[in-house]
Amino acid sequence: MVKEYKTITQVAGPLIFVEKTEPVGYGEFVSIRLADGSIKRGEVLDTSEDVVVVQVYEGTGGLNKDCAVTFTGESLKLPASIDLLGRILSGSGQPRDGGPQIIPEKMMDIYGASMNPYSRAQPNEFIQTGISTIDGTNTLVRGQKLPIFSGAGLPHMEIALQIARQAQVPGSSEKFAVVFAAMGITNEEAQYAMEDFEKTGALERAVVFLNLADDPAVERLITPKMALTAAEYLAYEHDMHVLVILTDVTNYCEALRQMGAAREEVPARRGYPGYMYTDLASIYERAGVIKGNKGSVTQIPILTMPGDDITHPIPDLSGYITEGQIVVSRELHRKGIYPPINVLPSLSRLMGSGIGNGKTREDHKAVSDQLYAGYAEGRDLRGLVAIVGKDALSERDKKILEFADLFEDKFTRQGRSENRSIEDTLAVGWNILSSLPKTYLGRIDNKYIDKYYPEKPAE
Amino acid sequence: MEVKGKGKVYRVAGPVVTVVDLDTKMFDVVKVGHEGLMGEVIKIVGNKSVIQVYEETSGIKPGEPVENTGLPLSVELGPGLLESIYDGIQRPLQVLRDEMGDFIKRGVSADGLSHSKLWEFKACVKKGDVVKPGDVIGTVQETANIEHRIMVPPNVAGGEVAEIKSGEFTVADVVCTLKDGTELKLSHKWPVRMPRPVSKKLAPEIPLITGQRVLDALFPVAKGGTAAIPGPFGSGKTVTQQQLAKWSDANIVVYIGCGERGNEMAEVLNEFPELEDPQTGRPLMERTVLIANTSNMPVAAREASVYTGITIAEYFRDMGYDIALMADSTSRWAEAMREISSRLEEMPGEEGYPAYLSARLAEFYERGGLAVSLCGAKGSITVIGAVSPAGGDFSEPVTQNTLRIVKVFWALDSKLSQRRHFPAINWLNSYTLYMDTLAPWYTDNVAPDWNELREKAMATLQLESELLEIVQLVGSDALPEFQQITLETARMIREIFLQQNSFHPVDTYCSFDKQYKLLKSITRWNELAERYLADGAPIKALVAMTSKAELGKIRFEENFDELLVGVMDRMEAEFAEIGSGGY
Repeated sequence: MVKEYKTITQVAGPLIFVEKTEPVGYGEFVSIRLADGSIKRGEVLDTSEDVVVVQVYEGTGGLNKDCAVTFTGESLKLPASIDLLGRILSGSGQPRDGGPQIIPEKMMDIYGASMNPYSRAQPNEFIQTGISTIDGTNTLVRGQKLPIFSGAGLPHMEIALQIARQAQVPGSSEKFAVVFAAMGITNEEAQYAMEDFEKTGALERAVVFLNLADDPAVERLITPKMALTAAEYLAYEHDMHVLVILTDVTNYCEALRQMGAAREEVPARRGYPGYMYTDLASIYERAGVIKGNKGSVTQIPILTMPGDDITHPIPDLSGYITEGQIVVSRELHRKGIYPPINVLPSLSRLMGSGIGNGKTREDHKAVSDQLYAGYAEGRDLRGLVAIVGKDALSERDKKILEFADLFEDKFTRQGRSENRSIEDTLAVGWNILSSLPKTYLGRIDNKYIDKYYPEKPAE
Repeated sequence: MEVKGKGKVYRVAGPVVTVVDLDTKMFDVVKVGHEGLMGEVIKIVGNKSVIQVYEETSGIKPGEPVENTGLPLSVELGPGLLESIYDGIQRPLQVLRDEMGDFIKRGVSADGLSHSKLWEFKACVKKGDVVKPGDVIGTVQETANIEHRIMVPPNVAGGEVAEIKSGEFTVADVVCTLKDGTELKLSHKWPVRMPRPVSKKLAPEIPLITGQRVLDALFPVAKGGTAAIPGPFGSGKTVTQQQLAKWSDANIVVYIGCGERGNEMAEVLNEFPELEDPQTGRPLMERTVLIANTSNMPVAAREASVYTGITIAEYFRDMGYDIALMADSTSRWAEAMREISSRLEEMPGEEGYPAYLSARLAEFYERGGLAVSLCGAKGSITVIGAVSPAGGDFSEPVTQNTLRIVKVFWALDSKLSQRRHFPAINWLNSYTLYMDTLAPWYTDNVAPDWNELREKAMATLQLESELLEIVQLVGSDALPEFQQITLETARMIREIFLQQNSFHPVDTYCSFDKQYKLLKSITRWNELAERYLADGAPIKALVAMTSKAELGKIRFEENFDELLVGVMDRMEAEFAEIGSGGY
């Protein structure tokens, strides 16, 4: 017999305090019945003999002391099933597309367990996204977590959708799925994403969790966990390669801060809770590949940097957990370049293990390093030109300066549906490198220069 | 473990559990709940004890039983440590996987050392000998190159040996009995928060050779020294730490992955068994102990992982070995302290970190050093801590408190890493305080003029940064020609000497001999270029020399020495040609 308690003593923000209960487990799933019969759900945050603190996902609007609280004795679970594919669910896993409830094959704890580092396989399979600035210079591999660091008003969603559409492992025909988790994004953005999914037929192999801007903020805290549980289910029970897109992590962190404030915790930097690193890690670290398992979970979280500030706690802590970052630049966007990815602050830490002979091409690493070095130097020179003018530059510097322009125009810029193969990307790279004399290419082995340097200079 | 009293759970809030009616001392290990989750007492208030639990606490209810083992958190020390990979509280991850699958569940305890594996023990004392704490009573050949010395534990009084036997034993078998009845095994336990005693601490005197040019040549750390690597994300902290773990000439490496990425640990686990130790030719794993408490594993175990690691390092130091200990990253450790502290509702210090942050950091680094152990052997622990400053801002509390303690500072710079200058160690901001101590060693062991070359290179780099400020204003062509030579030399030092490709099979490790030759060649170019310039040779021709570009490439070749001779010959010839006006 499950007991109902009508002993709520306090309602504060998203929290309720319940007294005189039987022992309640930490993290238990709670259901709250309102006077009008509707049900809200929550989770135990703090439990003691005297009082139990419950965080209510759907917000505490309409709650009062007469509501009946039931402790289920279990943690929150996702009804996992292969039928999740093609469905649109709310941020807490309820159907949102008017379809039937999911009939679970398995009930899965949404917090998951941490993967034993010993069981992890080293991610090393190249994923071709068709975007040169990613494939060529910041390669994504299966099992990686590679966030897009963006700013308000930049086309991060378009880039993410383009990746979702185009991502493939060249020469393989394995099962592939997308899990899309929206946290606090606007209805308009959600519409845009859904339309894109429907238009390209991607929805059939996608699971969508939508927590929109006007949905309760607390619900956002479980949305990514729901999504990743679904992803793990598809990856490890159905051997699928799952790409998880989480957007927008900034909204998630705001919700986390809101909860911290409601619980009157001691804040760390800028009011965010001290455990935000651990909390974000519990999301990001769920990407990976397990030895002896066919499936994989790859994550592309999107976060908007407040004030385009990469040192803000959200991008900062994320950057320390994720395996690199793709940085979307306002400057390039203003120049009208799509995708406006600035490769200089971007990085893929797992690139080394996913490229090279047998994976992409033998010269990939060298070409990438050379492109980076040339572009970095060229951008520095732009600053110099602004002061002393072009004429004061040495011959070498002038060439490098031109190279930086070519890089943005030919390598970075591409069409919104242009799907470049890795060979195409490297060919573009060599083509713009050939605007420089061979002696400038200090990062590339002579044998690759002999083999790939195009004799016809770049146009 | 023996039970010293029972109590019950009063409150659960994340990893912090309050229990009532339990007789505890600070830092006692307790077993919480029906599942017996491991935890440690961190605060006592009246009848209540506050416990940090090393495992997930969800589902734990008030009223569940709690048992006190009465013992502090300890590690098991003995043969079998090497080649192991542990979580933060010395549970072997392989055993955990075998018992509970690919995901870490809770309530599983596992011995730090295998209790079934047999080791060949050779006694080196005999019946009637008197042994003191820390004395070696025998040895076990643990791996091909590491002889594990079995010592009388420092917390045992010692005395006359009544019985000792050689032969095959497990770590739990008694191999020696003292006259007072004390039984000694191949292994013993030691509380992690208590430094192991030594008879004397010494000042470090020889460098830890790392095979990384920028570290060995410009900013060396001594064996037994302390170093910090702070840097924003993506600047190469982990790669640098891993390079040190791979190539430094320590006998044993303890690598603590504290709150870092799981995929990175997978990479280490994949690579280390395959890589060869440059000194012995054996797999690197044979000299390595790994501790992996990734960022999503319980935060309290992360707090403990650093202590587990340093205790293991101290144990090997006591045998007389040189240990390199890498902690990646101490910031995650500090954050774990902050998290626990905030759950305890302690008054915070700077940025929410507990007020005892600096004391804890200092205590940790102080456990390193060169020392004479109780048995008279000389061993060292070099502590190298990565720091992940929030926002790459070195003024934050963890970086600042670390810098007050360590002697070597390797400042990673995201500007350098963005232009793929690796290792991205900024040569202007970094420093080492060991240079004076180590200088005689270089004169004796590398070359008599090594220190001079080094100073010249540093001076050139310093001058370059000043000249570049002028270039920013007037452009490089406006500089006097001899200064353009300086800029060119600095470029060569940066691109040929300081940059090192850790992923290239040859370039990843650079011997001192090769470092010397490279630096010497660059200096030679500089000398000749200055001389010919003075004689009227055109600057353009000097800068465009092809042998100069060749020098940059041959460091990637196996037969570097041979090729260098050719390149230097061609360089002299090119100079002669330029000098004669034949350009």
